[in-house]
Amino acid sequence: MVEEESLRVVRCGGSELNFRRAVFSADSKYIFCVSGDFVKVYSTATEECVHILHGHSDLVTGLQLNPSNHLQLYSCSFDGTIKLWDYIDGILIKTFTVGHKLHALFTLAHTKDSVFVTINKEKPDIFQLVSVKLPKSSSQEIEAKETAFVLDYINQSPKCIAFGNEGEYVAAVRDFYLSVYFFKKKTTSRFTLSSSRNRKHAKNNFTCVACHPKEDCIASGHKDGKIRLWRNFDDDKKYTYTCLHWHHDMVMDLAFSVTGTSLLSGGRESVLVEWRDATEKNKEFLPRLGATIEHISVSPAGDLFCTSHSDNKIIVIHRNLEASAVIQGLVKDKNIFTGLIIDPRTRALVLNGKPGHLQFYSLQSDKQLYNLDIVQQEYISDNDLIQIELRKAAFGCQGHWLATVEQRQEKETELELQMKLWAYNKKTQGFVLNTKVSMPHEDHITALCFCNAEKFENPTLVTASKDGHFKVWILTDDSDIYKKAVGWTCDFVGSYHKYQATNCCFSEDGSLLAVSFEEIVTIWDSETWELKCTFCQRAGKIRYLCFGRWTCSKYLLGATENDILCCWNLLSCALFVFKPSEPRPLYIQKKISREEVHWGVFVPRDVPESFTSEAYQWLNRSQFYFLTKSQSLLTFSAKSPEEKLTPTSKQLLAEESLPTTPFYFILGRHRQQQDEKLNDALGNELVQLPLTENIPAISELLHTPAHVLPSASFLCSMFINSLLLSKETKSAEEIPDDVDMEEEKGSDDTDEENDFTEKAQDTNDIDLGEDIIHQLSKSEEKELRKLRKVDYSWVTTL
Amino acid sequence: MGEFRVHRVRFFNYVPSGIRCVAYNNQSNRLAVSRTDGTVEIYNLSANYFQEKFFPGHESRTTEALCWAKGQRLFSAGLNGEIIEYDLQALNIKYSMDAFGGPIWSMTASPSGSQLLIGCEDGSVKLFQITSDKIQFERNFDRQKSRILSLSWHPSGTHIAAGSIDYISVFDVKSGSATHKMIVDRRYMGVSKRKCIIWGVTFLSDGTVISVDSAGKVQFWDSATGTLVKSHLIANADVQSIAVSDQEDSFVVGTAEGTVFHFQLVSVTSNSNEKQWVRTKPFQHHTHDVRAVAHSPTALISGGTDTHLVIRPLMEKVEVKNYDAALRKITFPHRRLISCSKKRHLLLFQFAHHLELWRLGSTVATGKNGDILPLSKNADHLLQLKTKGPENIICSSISPCGSWIACSTASRFFLYRLSYERDSISLQRVPKMPAFLRSALQILFSEDSTKLFVASNQGSLHIIQLSEGCFKHLHTFQPQSETVEAMCLLAVSPDGNWLAASGTSAGVRIYGLKELKPHCTVPAYNFPVTALGIAPNTNNLVIAHSDQQVFEYSIPDKQYTEWSRAIQKQGFHHLWLQRDTPITHISFHPKRPMHILLHDAYMFCIIDKSLPLPNDKTLLYNPLSLTNESDVIRRRTAHAFKISKKYKPLLFMELLDERTLVAVERPLDDIIAQLPPPIKKKKFGT
Repeated sequence: MVEEESLRVVRCGGSELNFRRAVFSADSKYIFCVSGDFVKVYSTATEECVHILHGHSDLVTGLQLNPSNHLQLYSCSFDGTIKLWDYIDGILIKTFTVGHKLHALFTLAHTKDSVFVTINKEKPDIFQLVSVKLPKSSSQEIEAKETAFVLDYINQSPKCIAFGNEGEYVAAVRDFYLSVYFFKKKTTSRFTLSSSRNRKHAKNNFTCVACHPKEDCIASGHKDGKIRLWRNFDDDKKYTYTCLHWHHDMVMDLAFSVTGTSLLSGGRESVLVEWRDATEKNKEFLPRLGATIEHISVSPAGDLFCTSHSDNKIIVIHRNLEASAVIQGLVKDKNIFTGLIIDPRTRALVLNGKPGHLQFYSLQSDKQLYNLDIVQQEYISDNDLIQIELRKAAFGCQGHWLATVEQRQEKETELELQMKLWAYNKKTQGFVLNTKVSMPHEDHITALCFCNAEKFENPTLVTASKDGHFKVWILTDDSDIYKKAVGWTCDFVGSYHKYQATNCCFSEDGSLLAVSFEEIVTIWDSETWELKCTFCQRAGKIRYLCFGRWTCSKYLLGATENDILCCWNLLSCALFVFKPSEPRPLYIQKKISREEVHWGVFVPRDVPESFTSEAYQWLNRSQFYFLTKSQSLLTFSAKSPEEKLTPTSKQLLAEESLPTTPFYFILGRHRQQQDEKLNDALGNELVQLPLTENIPAISELLHTPAHVLPSASFLCSMFINSLLLSKETKSAEEIPDDVDMEEEKGSDDTDEENDFTEKAQDTNDIDLGEDIIHQLSKSEEKELRKLRKVDYSWVTTL
Repeated sequence: MGEFRVHRVRFFNYVPSGIRCVAYNNQSNRLAVSRTDGTVEIYNLSANYFQEKFFPGHESRTTEALCWAKGQRLFSAGLNGEIIEYDLQALNIKYSMDAFGGPIWSMTASPSGSQLLIGCEDGSVKLFQITSDKIQFERNFDRQKSRILSLSWHPSGTHIAAGSIDYISVFDVKSGSATHKMIVDRRYMGVSKRKCIIWGVTFLSDGTVISVDSAGKVQFWDSATGTLVKSHLIANADVQSIAVSDQEDSFVVGTAEGTVFHFQLVSVTSNSNEKQWVRTKPFQHHTHDVRAVAHSPTALISGGTDTHLVIRPLMEKVEVKNYDAALRKITFPHRRLISCSKKRHLLLFQFAHHLELWRLGSTVATGKNGDILPLSKNADHLLQLKTKGPENIICSSISPCGSWIACSTASRFFLYRLSYERDSISLQRVPKMPAFLRSALQILFSEDSTKLFVASNQGSLHIIQLSEGCFKHLHTFQPQSETVEAMCLLAVSPDGNWLAASGTSAGVRIYGLKELKPHCTVPAYNFPVTALGIAPNTNNLVIAHSDQQVFEYSIPDKQYTEWSRAIQKQGFHHLWLQRDTPITHISFHPKRPMHILLHDAYMFCIIDKSLPLPNDKTLLYNPLSLTNESDVIRRRTAHAFKISKKYKPLLFMELLDERTLVAVERPLDDIIAQLPPPIKKKKFGT
């Protein structure tokens, strides 16, 4: 498939979309936003990401349209370059190297040959606004070292600088100062607000600034929620201001409409306020936007606004204050208590999202799939309040069940715990609350684990807690005369010498349960809940515990607090201990990220890769994703950057020409058919379609160039099959599905690569086949073989 | 400073009446304020906002409009249908004249000051010519359907704008006919139930008419075409008043929510001549309706139902950052309403229409500094004296022995004799007051209660000998010069030999009571006198002026004392000069001749002349912690001004005996509690 290359760390999403103001294209068709080292181009109508502009090697900090050519876009970055892009085609046109770390970028219509950037020169907290002359040259890489100083003592945030009245002056705010620099007169006026410590003026700090497009009027936002409209500021003495006060908390951003007749403001209230005619009594609201408004931008055509929110979301809003599109990235939460989990059903990454929510995030499309409200309580944003935190989550039974634990601790002794069990509902394609257990344990729950073995008829859940117990919960019949129902009850409570239970884990076949009690690991028989044996190795408290899989299922791995990895052989009860540094790790990558890595997860691949080198074999069946402190999601990739780019841009060009998504056509027709079917057979159950984006077959079909596709008559049955719902009794649906995909992929690739795939697959089967086959039931095996037979037949014809 | 037992009196149930009109006179920098009880007060803005004159109110004379015309002449008009001119020298009403149009709602003087325009209940607008000593009716304008609530002249004097109910009319002065009628939108928050009352109009020289109305709008009209140009909705309640600056670059409006909004004319862009009116700053200094606003060149002045007169300086107009740049809030009159009988521990409280006599409580308990002593006998309300007739009381006094009470209205003088028999008290009015004692501006009893001094509004001083149940006119000091100037302040020396009297502007005159002859005149000073006091034994006259200067003048030597010269040479502490309120009372300690006791509304001060004077580097207000410091430090930091800010707002403070003080406070919260409830506003977070 790919020649052996060194592994690279690749940013694959999750970065902040709300880091800077989004920028509209001149025709309001596209919206540009920074996303880590990239610039993303979204369609305002369909919310689809049209392009990802790669090229910067550090965080992108500013975006502006080229004032002389509105089909081009300037971007600046911490890497010290300003790049000019053609955003329609996603091509980098020019790179200007400035040399300093650039914090913000501004362009002006009448100074076409120069742009304004914010840099910090000597001290870390002193920023300057300078103008950079962009030399005219045909080469792609140009040095732009000619800078002219404009203003200093400014804030690094671009929200705190605004150009007004066709670039006659620039206003900058910081702390309690408003500085206005007049380009014609070359003078700076500085206005100070009282900063005394009394209650009334304590929060006078400026937070943002905006300039009226037509009049000499500067709007400034303040920490106490006031908006001040400054006028007459060309006179140091006669300046005056008006106050508009609606926000109760800091004004996060301000923007004038294109004509200047209205002013938009937003803050932590998550309400967009439109002040018409800049009068206090004449205002309109767009409430319930979900999270703090961080940035507001206005399209140059004047028909759209957009707000960037603290939950990594961009909302496109019509002029009449109606939200029209939502672009949602990976929600950043302060603490990711749940860690990274993979939803076995959708392969989505699951983690803490909005407060009290669990977010399902698609790794492939870098997009949030949906939010599950776990806490189900109104979130009141107040710094002093102690909120209910979602601490643990676990999926069981191939995604049929979801267990969550939430807790709220006001004082040391007052702990509120709640465990919720959610069942997956096929009809609504979502999780429905099944059982709520309040105070499942006396103390913090440290681990949550489902028994995932197929042979287990009864779903089983184990919780371990600091109160020294672990509890086994099983699904029982909860039917009464009104309805049939199932619910979860506690089946067994185990403990070991009053030690705190720190973790628990089921073996792969579900026959054994390992529970660690501080430094001791106990093994329990899951049939009888008998203590089988204990392992005691005074190597420190055990933090993580994990059974081996497939061929290694006889091994139990444990990680202790003092960096020791222990491995027990369950058959011989022998112990191996390694320190992470000493033994022979498969692969070490240094300097993977600028920041601390907080969580990692292996995501099973839809298509196994085929690394032959021993060092990369661990990436064959799954991909490793990890989340850094600033919550950008990174992964390892062996592909060269160019290769990674091409398929996406190809695919997106096709989409761009369509005003609506391609899914719309398929889905729309399908729905019509289904409606007819429903009308015909009223007795039938209502069946809803699974989310099309989540079915790999469809996306593969749509994203593969037409000339390499097999004949339509052949694809038809497969395509229809993929749209059908599988029956619930088919518990082993994952495996055939996987195989399906492999075949498909194989068909797409060229011949020589095809051989490769097969070989790889063979090796896989040799490695693992025996173990799997043992566990497969006969019917499943039959099915698997049948599928294999069918699929291989057409491959050989090619 | 010494320790005192203090009677802390809070039962003086005084409520100032609300402000109805404010008129600013640019020439003399004076401000006329009329209150809802008919009182008219004149404040001198140059003299530290001192209330230098006042005209007592009258029950039937509620003023609805107040204006200055022909320079310094002051007119008022009210709901009794009369136009009144005030005599600012003699402090009485010159004449009143019926306008024959029913109640008068509005009045304005022409830009030249020679004509007076009034708007009446019956919808008529009447023009009066101001002659040298009277006013004369000239003609009527076209009669309108409903009452004329507001009027404004075009600065050229050719047109006027009249605000009525639901519409504004523009009149041509020459023809007297209405040229335009501009109908105001009645809608109030989407509901058009109520009528829209035009509370105020202002005609600008460019032909713009600005109106404020009961729907909370400030609207700009083009008077040439009669069309609405711009509308600002600024309040959920009525906008009740408007005042524009002389340059027509800013104006101020007051709303019923207590907010005052400032509008300014600012240029749209720096390089264009186009200008627009922009609402700039709101000021919330009032809790109730702002009924009247005025715009002086450097300040916004507002007053309303909550009885405060607020003077808010415009920072951009203030040249130097001195004390004039601070906000002023005037609540209490700058004169004494309380007198005290030291011997019997009685307090006489003066209200608008009655007097109250209280006996102070007493205690037998003792305690250390700072203790609150329990009362063994509560304060006693002894009697309440109601005056007959509609006129307000001008002044009152109780004699030091407690057996005489005198008070005066604008037309009558009352003298009562009190006799005490154990706990009961009997009151007897002294009949047959002489005709010359018709109205008094100030009444004072001598220390031994044998003489009564009356300052009449004709500028003369009457001395009356009192004895058991009868009185005898001793002498009258006639004003020395031809200018009839009323005397407002009197002080008598404790030995009864000297009488000091001061008018509103001229210096202090001193009369010898033995010879009944004028003794001398204290050199004139630029600022009006706010309090007088003559020290016992030394007969030094202590004079406090409105610019917070204090002088000591030796009457026998006819010159300023050494101490007074010393303090003038060094100058007062800057914090002392920055105080808000004038000193309203000066008294002396009988045993400590070096001490002068004085107070204003926010502090009580004992000046110890034996101690060194403070300079600007020393702390003027001694922090309390210093009392705990060692004696050495205390002695080193001690200076002549011992100030206590414990009691405020302080209306009266007097030494009853060597160790006892009486302090009368009137907490502002108690006043607000007695006012009608303000318009309810939703406050965030409540």
